[in-house]
Order: sequence, then structure tokens, then C-alpha cells
Amino acid sequence: MSGWRFMSNILRTVQLALKSLMLHKLRSGLTMLGIVFGVFSVIAMLAIGEGASQQAQKQVLQLGATNIIVRSVKPPRENASAQNQNSFVLRYGLKRADFDLLSRTIPTVLQAVPIREITKACRFLHREMNCRIVGCTPEYLDMNHLELAQGRFISDKDRREKTNVCVLASQTAEELFQYQDPVGQSVKIADRRYAVVGVTTPREASAAIGGSMSGQEYNQDIYIPLETMRVRMGDLDIDRRQGSFSAEEVELNQITLTISDVDQVVPTAGVIRESLQQTHRSGNDYSVVVPQELLKQAAQIRTIFNVVLGSIAAISLIVGGIGIMNIMLATVTERTREIGIRRALGAKRQDITTQFLTETIVLAGSGGMIGVLLGLSTPWVFQGLKSVAERFFFESGGGSEFSEMFTNLNPQVVPASLPLAFGISVGIGVIFGMYPARSAAQLDPIEALRHE
Amino acid sequence: MSLAAQVIDLQKDYMLGTVPVQALRGVSIDFPRGDFVAIMGSSGSGKSTLLNLLGALDRPTRGHYIVGGRDVSSMTDDELSTIRNEKIGFIFQSYNLIPQYTVLENIEVPLHYRTGYPKIGEREQQRIKELAEMVGLGERMDHRPFQLSGGQQQRVAIARSLVNDPEIILADEPTGNLDSKTEQEIMEMLLRLNLEGRTIIMVTHETSVARLAKRQIYMKDGVIAGEGLFPG
Ligand SMILES: Nc1ncnc2c1ncn2[C@@H]1O[C@H](COP(=O)(O)OP(=O)(O)OP(=O)(O)O)[C@@H](O)[C@H]1O
Ligand SMILES: [Mg+2]
Repeated sequence: MSGWRFMSNILRTVQLALKSLMLHKLRSGLTMLGIVFGVFSVIAMLAIGEGASQQAQKQVLQLGATNIIVRSVKPPRENASAQNQNSFVLRYGLKRADFDLLSRTIPTVLQAVPIREITKACRFLHREMNCRIVGCTPEYLDMNHLELAQGRFISDKDRREKTNVCVLASQTAEELFQYQDPVGQSVKIADRRYAVVGVTTPREASAAIGGSMSGQEYNQDIYIPLETMRVRMGDLDIDRRQGSFSAEEVELNQITLTISDVDQVVPTAGVIRESLQQTHRSGNDYSVVVPQELLKQAAQIRTIFNVVLGSIAAISLIVGGIGIMNIMLATVTERTREIGIRRALGAKRQDITTQFLTETIVLAGSGGMIGVLLGLSTPWVFQGLKSVAERFFFESGGGSEFSEMFTNLNPQVVPASLPLAFGISVGIGVIFGMYPARSAAQLDPIEALRHE
Repeated sequence: MSLAAQVIDLQKDYMLGTVPVQALRGVSIDFPRGDFVAIMGSSGSGKSTLLNLLGALDRPTRGHYIVGGRDVSSMTDDELSTIRNEKIGFIFQSYNLIPQYTVLENIEVPLHYRTGYPKIGEREQQRIKELAEMVGLGERMDHRPFQLSGGQQQRVAIARSLVNDPEIILADEPTGNLDSKTEQEIMEMLLRLNLEGRTIIMVTHETSVARLAKRQIYMKDGVIAGEGLFPG
């Protein structure tokens, strides 16, 4: 019963507060905007942070939490004189011996999948395109979450017999064959024919991860058996340009190792790094990527992200609070007479404090409410921002790591951030409203009544 | 004869820097129930100071003020608020209505500050409407102060002063801002209230207004210089 009385008084107090605020609609509205944007930015920043972290996690999981990826890296050209020689052949990267070493000597390695990549022109009839030729094993399909639209993938039999077969990625198939069925036809690569045995479905490109792994486009690939590639194309990749030529000799571009147990991934990575150091003295022609480590890194980045973004949002909220305090101080001065009247009619100091505090809280709370609604729209706002940014800034084809990250980022509103941000806005109302409300209550009734 | 209020040797000093100004220098008056007193006197004689003390807006430096059977002179700030709310109705020279509130809402204000904050229910709403009708504003209950004439605003103030059924009504130059016709209307209203038994204490400069009261008190230099009309 008494609870209801209390509530009815609160409602009446809020109602009268609204009445006073409506007296200066523009002023109240502008003051509220500070809080609206503060709350909006808290929610938006947390949503962007969450989106970024989910994006990172997704990428890492695509790579496989129990996988370790060792890749060949072209070493930076230090030796300028060697570079100028016409017949210079750059030898670097992973060797088949490395593959044997890693797959045979480390007991926690369940599976090791080697691949070799060369970019070459491919032809069907008169149509030609540059494709990434991937020499791989049957495991490659599952490991990269690829699916077949048609036919079959490379088999163990193909490897053993070094057959001239190939599997086309979706876009390759489309460009070379257009309306024809590719399976049963053959593609010409470096003057040799390869029978098409299958076509994969389109797959989203995997994004780059923090510089340690560049993004991968899968849709313009041609897959052939690794052994076939070795006998037909060799290890040399010759690039003739403008009279000079350069050649690279790489045995394997990547080895993907699957580890028996999630807990063993990090220790095994240590063993792999040590083993490779023995054979690669220079140490700069390969890199070891451990998705699980990236996951940890991503979590750290997320924390930093949240702290930085959170601070920015907090600052904007404080600025909003200062705006409110400023307006409330002006309001108190302007309504000194009203305060005197209320005191004469029986209002206690506490009543005056409550009245002005309620006004501030109603102001901040409504701002917070609108901010929460705006915050909920973060994904759409961000989408709009993205399309604008893409049109004006990245139209040159993009490709930079930043733009890639930006376009793949989908903000995720964190549900807990809604009550949090609203609570903060009310808290801001209390904190920044306290001083003006108190100074109103401290006015002497007689002086206040005399105020013009 | 029971007293509505009583002041005994009331003194008030104001400090101007280090020099004390004696605004009231020992005033004693009894106010019986149903009294209608006009306080007169030259400017600076202490009329407003006395009225502020009678209104429990301030505490005396020395002396006693008893209203509703309680001595106000040593009360806390909160207790003074309660006394103002329950025992006193104010009518000011400049009406002092709250600009953003309607007529009804202005009359309602004292009800917000009642002890224990009881709910303002149907009964109270009814009483507020009756008061508005009584002062002749039945047609303008939803108007705001800026939509009303001075006389109408003062009538709202009169209705507001009555809403908590006070022991005494204090009026500091209630007709000071009004023309003579409106002055007459307001005075008629106060006289009617007095006839109904209300105790009214009024400060005025005008003999014509003071003449209407039951008795007149003349102040000079912070003391009572005499009773009765002092023409000129
Ligand atoms: N807050 C104050 N501080 C200092 N002195 C004051 C204060 N209030 C009143 N006084 C002084 O007390 C004396 C009485 O003032 P008061 O306002 O009571 O006069 P009054 O009779 O109401 O005059 P008037 O007819 O002009 O309204 C004056 O000398 C005045 O200067
Ligand atoms: Mg005066």
C-alpha cells in the first residue's frame, strides 16, 4: 500500500519535472543530445569491439584451432648484386625434407598436408586466364572447408599415378567454360592438358590476419595432385619480364600440420620452430602461424580495443554530463524565485534537491533511452557507413588490409551494454545534477523570494 | 479568546559587515483567532522583517513567536518548512505563482510538501477546484499565469494560501501592484475570508486599505509606535 503511495509520488515528481523541462524544449533537447551521443557511442564502440573480436575468432577457427601452418616466405632481398645477375635463381622456403622431418619425427603431429602454389596461364579453347595452380593432396579439400559442386576431388590414386587431372574452383570454371560442363573436358596449363574431374563451390575469401598471414582468394584456383605438379612443372617458377628474367625455386609453399590435442598445439609449435631453425639457418624464409596463438592475441587486442573505445565513449559521456550540469546551474539561477516560492509554501531543502535532481535524471535518462535506441541501430548505421566509405575511399579495388578488415567487420551489439549504458546515463544525471540541486536547496528563502 | 499567534519581545538583527542593524527591537503582539490586522509604517520601519518572522521564513535573533501552540524561534530549518506548510498561507505583492504551472497546479503546490507526502487524491483535486471557483477562476483553471491579469493572479495566490487550511494568512502589500478597482475586489475577498473566521495579517502603505481591517498597527524604527489609524 505505502509502496504504491511512494510510486504515485515519484510519478507525479517525474511528471512535474517533465513539465519544467518542456518549458525550454530546445534547451532541454540540446542538453539531452550530449547524453544521447555519449550512450550511443558506448554501445556502438562495444559493438564494434565485439564484432572485431568475433571476426578474428571466425578467421582463426577457419584455420583450425588444432592446426599449425608453416609457410614459405620470400626473404627480403638484401643482396643487391646477386639480384642484378640475369641468371639469378632465388632458392628459399620449405623443403620436402622439412615435410618429412615434421611429419615423421614429431609424435603429436597427426597429419601433415603439403602444398605448392604457382601462378600460371590456363587455357580452354581460346579463353585464357591466370590461375593459382595448387599442388595438393586429398586432405586439402576438408582442411580448407571447400565443397564440391560437381565430380570429385584429387584422390590418393591420382597422387600415386601422377595423373594429369585437375579440379577447378568455381570462378575458374565459370570463366574458362562459361555455359559448358567442365567435367570431362580438359584445361591446358603450360602446354599440358589436364582432365577436369571436379568443380568446387564458391567460397568466401579468408581475410588476412594481423600481417602474419595474407588473405586467400579461393575462387580462381586450379587444384592438381602435388606429385603431378612436381614432375610436370618442377620446383622452378620462371618469370620472364622486360628482357630479364627472374626465377624462384621453392619446393613447398605450405605445410599444414594437424595436432592430436588442443593442449599440445602450443608446445608442438615450439618444437616445430626449433626443428626448422636447424635446417633454415637464415631463419627468414618461412613463418609459423599458430591460429591458437592468434586467438589469444585477438583476445588481447579486443581488451585493448574495448579499453580505448570505452574511454573515448566515457569522455563523451562526461562531456554530456558537464553540459547538463552547466544547464542545470543556469536553470537554478533562472528559477531562484520559484525555489523561494516553493520554500515559502513548505518545501524542505531535501524537496528542492529532489526536484532538481529528478529533472536532471529525467533529462539524462531520456537521453540515455534515445541513445540506447540509436545504439541498437549500430549494425545498420555501420552498414551505411561502410557503403559510403567503399564508394568514396576504396573504389580503387581495395585490397589493403585495413579496408578488408573494415568490410568484413560486422558490429555485434552486446546485450549487456544496453542496461549498462542506460545506467551510466542515469548515474551521470545523479553525479552532475547533485551540485546544482544542492546549491538550489541551500538558497535562503527570503533572498530567493526577492530575486528578480 | 484563543490566540492564533503571538509574538513576545521579538528582535531581529541583521549584520551589515561587522555593524549590526536592528530591524526589529522588541515587538510584542497577540493575534486572536479571527483577527484582521493591518501593519503600517514608513519604509524601513521593519514591517517586512516582522512578516517574514511571522511567516517562519526566518528565525528571530531574540524573543519568541508562538503559532498553533508551538514556539518557532528555535526550530530547525525542516521544522520551519513544516510550520509554513501547515500553519501559514502567503499572499505576496508580486503574486509569486510558478510560471510553468496552470491555475490548478499552482493551487496544488503546498499539497506536495505535506508531512509524510500523502497522495494527492480525488478529495484534494475536488478541493482545489472548489477553491478556484471560490476565487472566481472556475473558467480559467487550465490557464497559466501569463494568461491572467494581475488581479486574477492574486486570486490564484489567495486560493493557494487556503489549500492547506492555515492558522494565519500573511499578506505583504497584497494590492500594491493593482489598480483601485482590482484592489477593491481583492480586499472584498480577504474581508469575506475574515468573516468566515480566518486570521489575516496584512502589511500595507495605504490608509484606504488599512481602514478595512479590524485594527491597525503602526511601526516605526523596529518597534510598534501605536495602534489605530495614523493619517498622514
Ligand atoms: N537582509 C537584510 N540585511 C540587512 N539589512 C536588512 C535586511 N533586510 C532588512 N534589512 C534592514 O532592516 C530594516 C527594516 O527593513 P524592512 O524590509 O523590514 O522594512 P519595511 O518596513 O518592509 O520597508 P518597506 O516599506 O520599504 O518595504 C531596514 O533598515 C533594512 O535596511
Ligand atoms: Mg517591506
